[in-house]
Amino acid sequence: MTDQQLIDFVVREARLLDQQHFDDWLDLFTEDGHYWMPVEWGQTDPRLTTSLMYEDKLLLRIRVDRLKGRQTYSQSPKSRCHHVLQTPQIDQRDEEGKCYVTWTPMHYVESRADRQTLYAAWATHHLAMVDDALKIRLKRVDLVNCDAALGSIQLFV
Amino acid sequence: MKYRGNRQAITALVRETEVHRDVYIDPEMFQLEMEHLFANTWIYVGHESQVKKVGDFYATTIGTQPVIMVRDTPNSIKVLHNRCPHKGTRLTGDACGHTGRFFRCPYHAWTFRLDGSLAGVPLKSGYDNTTFAEGHAGSGMTPVRHVHNYRGFVFGKLNDVGPGFQEFFGEALSSLDNMIDRSPVGKLEVAGGVLRYMHDCNWKMLVENQTDTCHPMIAHQSSAGTAIEVWKNAPPGTKKPMAVEIYAPFMSSYEFYQSMGIRIWDNGHGHTGVSHSIHSDYSAAPGYFEQMTAAYGEARAKAILDENRHNTVYFPNVMLKGPIQLLRLFKPIAANKTLVESWTFRLVGAPDMLLERTVMYNRLINAPTSVVGHDDLEVYERAQAGLASDGNEWVNLQRLYSANEPEQRNVVADGTSEWQMRNQFRAWTKFMTMGL
Repeated sequence: MTDQQLIDFVVREARLLDQQHFDDWLDLFTEDGHYWMPVEWGQTDPRLTTSLMYEDKLLLRIRVDRLKGRQTYSQSPKSRCHHVLQTPQIDQRDEEGKCYVTWTPMHYVESRADRQTLYAAWATHHLAMVDDALKIRLKRVDLVNCDAALGSIQLFV
Repeated sequence: MKYRGNRQAITALVRETEVHRDVYIDPEMFQLEMEHLFANTWIYVGHESQVKKVGDFYATTIGTQPVIMVRDTPNSIKVLHNRCPHKGTRLTGDACGHTGRFFRCPYHAWTFRLDGSLAGVPLKSGYDNTTFAEGHAGSGMTPVRHVHNYRGFVFGKLNDVGPGFQEFFGEALSSLDNMIDRSPVGKLEVAGGVLRYMHDCNWKMLVENQTDTCHPMIAHQSSAGTAIEVWKNAPPGTKKPMAVEIYAPFMSSYEFYQSMGIRIWDNGHGHTGVSHSIHSDYSAAPGYFEQMTAAYGEARAKAILDENRHNTVYFPNVMLKGPIQLLRLFKPIAANKTLVESWTFRLVGAPDMLLERTVMYNRLINAPTSVVGHDDLEVYERAQAGLASDGNEWVNLQRLYSANEPEQRNVVADGTSEWQMRNQFRAWTKFMTMGL
């Protein structure tokens, strides 16, 4: 696995979100994959401390399907999002176990109707090769203002 | 100045079955709420487990007033106005922490003992032969005059007018009791982190929604309804996940909500879920019932756990979920801005699985990233915007109204009644005009 392959994967993941290909995005996760957005700075436990999001594939599927639903009033009008990534850095590499960890600082913009909000975050991707394809085992998103009084974030950072 | 000092104009805003839009959108009315409603009633400040050691503090607000809750002696907690008597500087930076034996102002190093009294002023001789000691500055940080610690829950009342603690809450304290009694040792502590979600709507919209049982199956069809649809596709035999146990009951039928009942208490308090609630059918935590039986005896343990109150409103701005140890505080910021804080508690001595579920519930339902939260905020914000319309200046609260409501106390109504919302507005008028 080259650095460039890992970088390309993380960049493509953000692009799928920006272009609202949410089903394809969800396919990037392993069956036991999680998306985690902590609410506390440096949070280590997702189970007995709450989070903004700690979602397995079932919960992510609910989110993705909900975005398409006709009764989803909070998506009428729809939100849009935009990621600007710094080049992902390869933090860990286990070629034997085919597991990799990348770290990606980013700016994320979410907009809906006349309102646009900027968030800054670090994304940590725990990636693994599953059946010859790179997949996300864990995507951890640390917002720089994770513990602030936030408004709605409806899409995926 | 349409409403200030005008008792008649204020009372005219609340009719038996409708309220005027100004209670939600008028900035002067919001200011009057802070001066009267949030000063004449008992407002939740915090939990004693947030200030365990002498010198521990927690900074928050009562209405829009900045206050500090502080452990001033091993057995007492004070609530102080959070401003230096010198220039007004707020004395705390962090939301919570340990201040040692004194609060020290970062501006000129005036120091205050934990009861708020002035301990020291640099170059004190500069005030020799003045009235300093008798003045506002010399008396230190102003304490909130009325503070009550009820089984660990600390409330404050800013004004001298208004009822005493027991009189204000009365029977409604049974919901807090039930939540605390769910610990085998009768003790709670704040745990699991707090979720803070900013809402661009009036605080009362949130409070009313807590006993609005005709909205979940509509507003939350997008989230809870989708959860049920997705779960249907799970392979047969898959164990129902905790998340589905939490989401699915939101889609219960009108009949479910009608028959759960609403209990109406004095002074604007009330609760949904008299006979059952969306929390009734959660899986048992292994070992918990045995712990409760050992602590209370089987009959009493059953009585405590059979109580499944859905949402208890402590008027004006608290919602409590006893069965899952969750407290939501609707902090008013402006007529069209409210900070919602969702706090969770650990049942001391009980299995971690209960805290795990509580923490998950909070995340799934109350986070700024919660799909259920998105559903609710959307309708609040649309209401806040729609109320600008001059086509109709009144909000309707008429469902299942009967003319003899005001003289009834501690009664149970149909679970889809808007009686509790009317009850809140009767209390609103009472405390808005008290002492005027």
